[in-house]
Amino acid sequence: MRVSPYDEMLQSGGTPRPHCRDYWGWLEEQSQECLARKRSEADALFHRVGITFAVYGENSGTERLIPFDIIPRVIPAEEWSRLEAGLVQRVRALNAFIGDIYHGQEILRAGVIPAERVLCNAQYRPEMQGVEVPGGIYAHIAGIDVVRDASGSFCVLEDNLRVPSGVSYMLENRKMMMRLFPELFARHPIAPVEQYPDLLLENLKSVAPQGVSDPTVVLLTPGMYNSAYFEHAFLAQQMGIELVEGQDLYVLDDVLYMRTTRGPRRVDVVYRRLDDDFLDPLSFRPDSTLGVPGLLTVYRAGHVTIANAIGTGVADDKSIYPYVPQMIRFYLGQAPLLENVRTWILSDPQDKAYVLAHLPELVVKEVHGAGGYGMLIGPAATATQLDDFRARIRAHPERYIAQPTLALSTSPTFSAAGVAPRHIDLRPFVLSGREVAIVPGGLTRVALREGSLIVNSSQGGGTKDTWVLGC
Amino acid sequence: MLSRTADHLYWMSRYLERAESLARMIDAHQRLSLVPRPPEAVAQGWQATLVSLGAAAAFFGRHEALTARSAFDFLAFDRQHGGSIVQCLRAARENGRAVRGTITSDLWETLNATYLESVSFTPAMPESARGEFLEWVKYRAHLTRGVTSATLPRDEALHFTRIGTFIERADNTTRLLESRWRDPGGHGERLRAEASEWAVLLRAMSAFEIFRRLYRDSVTPQRVTEMLLMRDDLPQSVHHCLDELQTNLAAVANSRSDETHRRAGELHARFHFGRFEDFCAEGLPQFFDHFQARLRELGARIADDFLVPAS
Repeated sequence: MRVSPYDEMLQSGGTPRPHCRDYWGWLEEQSQECLARKRSEADALFHRVGITFAVYGENSGTERLIPFDIIPRVIPAEEWSRLEAGLVQRVRALNAFIGDIYHGQEILRAGVIPAERVLCNAQYRPEMQGVEVPGGIYAHIAGIDVVRDASGSFCVLEDNLRVPSGVSYMLENRKMMMRLFPELFARHPIAPVEQYPDLLLENLKSVAPQGVSDPTVVLLTPGMYNSAYFEHAFLAQQMGIELVEGQDLYVLDDVLYMRTTRGPRRVDVVYRRLDDDFLDPLSFRPDSTLGVPGLLTVYRAGHVTIANAIGTGVADDKSIYPYVPQMIRFYLGQAPLLENVRTWILSDPQDKAYVLAHLPELVVKEVHGAGGYGMLIGPAATATQLDDFRARIRAHPERYIAQPTLALSTSPTFSAAGVAPRHIDLRPFVLSGREVAIVPGGLTRVALREGSLIVNSSQGGGTKDTWVLGC
Repeated sequence: MLSRTADHLYWMSRYLERAESLARMIDAHQRLSLVPRPPEAVAQGWQATLVSLGAAAAFFGRHEALTARSAFDFLAFDRQHGGSIVQCLRAARENGRAVRGTITSDLWETLNATYLESVSFTPAMPESARGEFLEWVKYRAHLTRGVTSATLPRDEALHFTRIGTFIERADNTTRLLESRWRDPGGHGERLRAEASEWAVLLRAMSAFEIFRRLYRDSVTPQRVTEMLLMRDDLPQSVHHCLDELQTNLAAVANSRSDETHRRAGELHARFHFGRFEDFCAEGLPQFFDHFQARLRELGARIADDFLVPAS
């Protein structure tokens, strides 16, 4: 069962892949001390700049750094352009799917996806039925998690279409690398990423309600104790838009306003970093103090654009994920350029029987889980953990899916023991407005513990700069 | 600008100013401790400071005896006491963090670094390093103001920051003076404050040389008080703070702020056109009480007009 993983930088035998030859040569010339010094320099800078995240469940207000690895992950340009085409195709299909679900539901009538899987899904929002959104775009910002399997080909592990985060780390990691190793940027044709905030703002403006010529865009944050607050403040600053909390906004006569020192000001586009449930206490969770009472009414009247739209969770749910390749065929009439990871849906009796019989080889995830919490990694689990999951699956099969344990690709990483391979994934950010745009690269997350497959920052994961070389 | 943003900027600068002013208050006591004095006088001095800060009850809730050491620990390092220096620095940083997208990264990083360094200061700090701590607080406040002035654009963000700074400074200057005039036991004037205490106060306010240059005469309570209240050309003086408050309020005026602006002007006029002798005739402790009440009222009006308006 154990397959040796694909290494991003080295071929079998330890020689560098052609696109990394130059970098690897440089790395081999660097002393351990020099690398260690660069790493502590990076840590000190991140602390001073306050690039930290809050960890839930720990003492409130605890701020931690996401560990940053000073060795980049490198993708050659021709591989990137294939990946990019696959991502564009996938996000187009996902947007078409959400639009269809909230309108004619052709895909359900055609029997491609069982209707109850969509309509009984907690992420399906009946409030969105028949609502027109500008350009038919729902997932304006998508973070698509891709991994390489043992053969070296990219496949999609997860679509994040609600409030995907991490893009600030992509940008800050790049800034940090340029600061630590300017000489590398002079030697390598590394595709820039710093245009992301401009693209995002352009994108958000392009989906403003019809007839608004100079739209006011705001970023709605749950506040400074949210784990991603740094990113919210960072993006708002980079785009030059107001960073607002629910208490700064109010609704009057179907129009959304913010409270300013000069009186009320109309808001046209809300880039929200708040889950659906908290957006409007009148329509969703009544105990939410983070949202804006009446926002949904303004939205349904077409007087404000919310990005991402309400109800996109119906398309990135783990129980819907297995159908994305069919969506691509159904809406675009194309063969998928990017594969899914084989997925067993445990509410299916056949799948369930297979999974229960092969549990020690598989990864089991909660359908509604996220952040690497509540998952079972079969090969690493104890007998008690396996029994526990067997019991849970038997009791509530519909809450789980299973996937093979992937031999995620590795990349050389600077560890306590020197440069050593660690497993990584990649989250590129796909922007959909009038056009679909992706900055070359994305956020590479790395599992810093030797052999670990969990890259989530809440579970000891770190990040790397991602280089697309030779664009 | 968002009202909430203005609110955070205003409090960010108020807390920073407060931390600095606390450092100066403590510094005055430290300097005085070098002069031989009876222990009752030392305790009475600290008592007067705690009373002027409205922190005496909180102090005696946490300490049995008032000593120079316990008062220092309480005002500088106590993390349970919201009015301590380290807590003020933390509050300044938290307010800055809430608007880190609006302020410049230079300013945010300065506030953040100040807070991160402040974490290492605790009551375990040896006596010998305590003076350096106070210097450090003043230095960080100077630095932060410098970064503010050098990097923030001359727009609302700066105006609200300044409004916070000067309303807080006016308040602090009167508290510093008040604690020397008032008998902490009763409500009358405190007659025992020695001349050396006034000289030390001037030094702690970085105003000793200025005093000499302006008065070319000996240090007396009346002269020091007059200078710190009435001079319009001293950054520490109340008159100057009210000048700045006026200017910055005018720059952010909105449709509901006329009355606030008028009241600020009225208060300013007492210093601009008033006479120090008349304040003395009124009784300085009474004058300070009255002034601080007016300042609190102004703060509340600024909040209603700009910072937390009802929609």
